[in-house]
Amino acid sequence: MQVTSSILLLIGSFLCISGGVGILRFPDFYTRMHAVGVTETLATSMILIGLILHNPDFLIDVKLVIILLMTLFISPTASHALANAAMHNDLAMKKNEDVNNKVKPSNP
Amino acid sequence: MLIAATLAILVVMIMATIRAFMGPTLYDRVLAVNMFGTKTVLLISLLGFVMGRPEFLDIAIVYALINFISVIGVLRYSDNFTLKQSSEEQKK
Repeated sequence: MQVTSSILLLIGSFLCISGGVGILRFPDFYTRMHAVGVTETLATSMILIGLILHNPDFLIDVKLVIILLMTLFISPTASHALANAAMHNDLAMKKNEDVNNKVKPSNP
Repeated sequence: MLIAATLAILVVMIMATIRAFMGPTLYDRVLAVNMFGTKTVLLISLLGFVMGRPEFLDIAIVYALINFISVIGVLRYSDNFTLKQSSEEQKK
């Protein structure tokens, strides 16, 4: 049980760090939101399931399940509201030509 | 392993803070603050197990609710703000 919990905690930590690298290095708001929104739910559920397997107390397990369910409902809702507000207020996407020009500045 | 996960979450929180200060638009900052809030919930529940006091989970539940309400509130405020600005521009 402890080994499974450790493996789940490690996977959750790796997903968290990949989301953090994504929010720092991606070029655009929408791509950043993709990185955060995709990794957030899976990382949170991995770490919380690892904690559930880590301890035997029933009441604490119930509280962890409550946090897990709340995160699974809240995080996609917040992501959708954020993307909706950004699109309503005409936040521009980064076009493909900009990226190509940045990669190869010698091309006309 | 609990301490390793706690350190990883602390690193991710520092990354989110850097994006919240750097972010070119308002929405980048809101996204970074939202990520910071979810990672805070995880950090509180992990710290409860590291320090041997699992009563911290109650605080984590309350923090998750506060984080959601604050993100929705900021987005609504920004919506109203831009709507007011555009209607004033239309009057001119």
